[in-house]
Amino acid sequence: MPGGVTTGNPLTAIESELVERMRGSDIISVRQFRPDELRTLLGIVQRFEGDTPPLLLGKVLGALFFEPSTRTRLSFESAMLRLGGSVIGFADAGITSATKGETLQDTLRIVENYCDVIVIRHPREGAARAAAEATTRPVVNGGDGANQHPTQTLLDLYTIQRRLGRVSGLRIGFLGDLKYGRAAHSLVEAAAMLGNELVLVAPPSLRLPSRRLEELAALGATYEETSELGPTLPTVDVLYVTRIQQERFADPLDFERVRNAYQIDRETVDRGKEGMIVMHPLPRVNEIHPSVDASPRAAYFEQAKNGVTVRKALLALLMGAVS
Amino acid sequence: MSTGDRRTQKQVAALRSGTVVDHLNPGMALKALQLIGLPADATALIGVNLSSAKMGRKDILKLENFEIQPEQVERLAVLGPKASVCYIRDYTVVRKVQVRLPERIEALLRCPNPACITNHDRITTRFDVERQGPTLVRCHYCERLISEDEFVLL
Repeated sequence: MPGGVTTGNPLTAIESELVERMRGSDIISVRQFRPDELRTLLGIVQRFEGDTPPLLLGKVLGALFFEPSTRTRLSFESAMLRLGGSVIGFADAGITSATKGETLQDTLRIVENYCDVIVIRHPREGAARAAAEATTRPVVNGGDGANQHPTQTLLDLYTIQRRLGRVSGLRIGFLGDLKYGRAAHSLVEAAAMLGNELVLVAPPSLRLPSRRLEELAALGATYEETSELGPTLPTVDVLYVTRIQQERFADPLDFERVRNAYQIDRETVDRGKEGMIVMHPLPRVNEIHPSVDASPRAAYFEQAKNGVTVRKALLALLMGAVS
Repeated sequence: MSTGDRRTQKQVAALRSGTVVDHLNPGMALKALQLIGLPADATALIGVNLSSAKMGRKDILKLENFEIQPEQVERLAVLGPKASVCYIRDYTVVRKVQVRLPERIEALLRCPNPACITNHDRITTRFDVERQGPTLVRCHYCERLISEDEFVLL
């Protein structure tokens, strides 16, 4: 097997330390990384841009998707295939032994015999941690209910790093459904850990849950809450937009009002400060008008692209293929 | 022991030998008893919502002819971080232990989050103590922060 990534300079001492620490480990939660480790990790990810050598030739990724997912699953599969490995797995819990009453941990003890590294998405919170404890294989959390989606957070941070050259000391606006949106929750926490200022823009019914605000306070984060985008927009470096789902509203009229008030179009984003970028975890529905797509500020399709780069790096790191 | 506490002590009959668990959070005495698992030949006296100079209100537990074990003392901390355990022999306190919450609480509490995997699969619960008094713990699995008023014993 080739001994390392060909792109970039040799690893720095700090990078080597992280590479060593991540070999054979799991990626369960963004909380497992210290802020300096997150920055170092993003530097390593950069080495996985574009074509990479077949670092994982002959290795098998087990993709256990107990809950539907298109983007995350395809992105992991693409990353594994691009590193020369192969993928087995399922994308529907209905076809697994879980329907026969098998526990998650038993499933893992079986599946670990078939593959070298495992990615799991599961509707229960904490499922990825439980899975990781049941197997000696590295496990990556591909989303555990409303809890964590660390690879999404890392690709969001990587996108910010690539566009703005840093992931600290920024003012980051979050817009839309901050109550239920997992991607926003995870990034809010990581952004706070990294020392960014946060502006949380949401209708009163979709504000960040109070326990999440307590977590921010515990991190010593600087944040503001508002329901108006207008005055916020010209002040932020990043606008992270999330989807507002109709089923969250009892009254369809309330939904219409909120949806219209939080829709972003080209005219809106042009009022942003110079260099401001617009992000979205996707899929979008109406929150971002297609007229924004051609704007240099639009970074959401890049996020999807960066997702593969980040996941390549993570798989290679966990498999000890980076040297 | 403060004057107020001495007055409270008198509200409950003196113990010849056994264990007194004092300064439990109010309403926790029965849970404490459940947690200790009293043997058939021991007697328990329970004081609920007694006035206390230190805590305002407190619960107290007297266990006659029964000495609780050190690992049980650790578990009691979950029901009252201010609790103390006195071992009594012949009406005299021979040893007093202040409970201390361990860094990790295992197989003792149930996660109140219905979506947590521990409420669905056979997984031993585990909580990391983030803050002592008022206690705040984090579920090792679903990562939710849980305050002591949400504690549910397994």
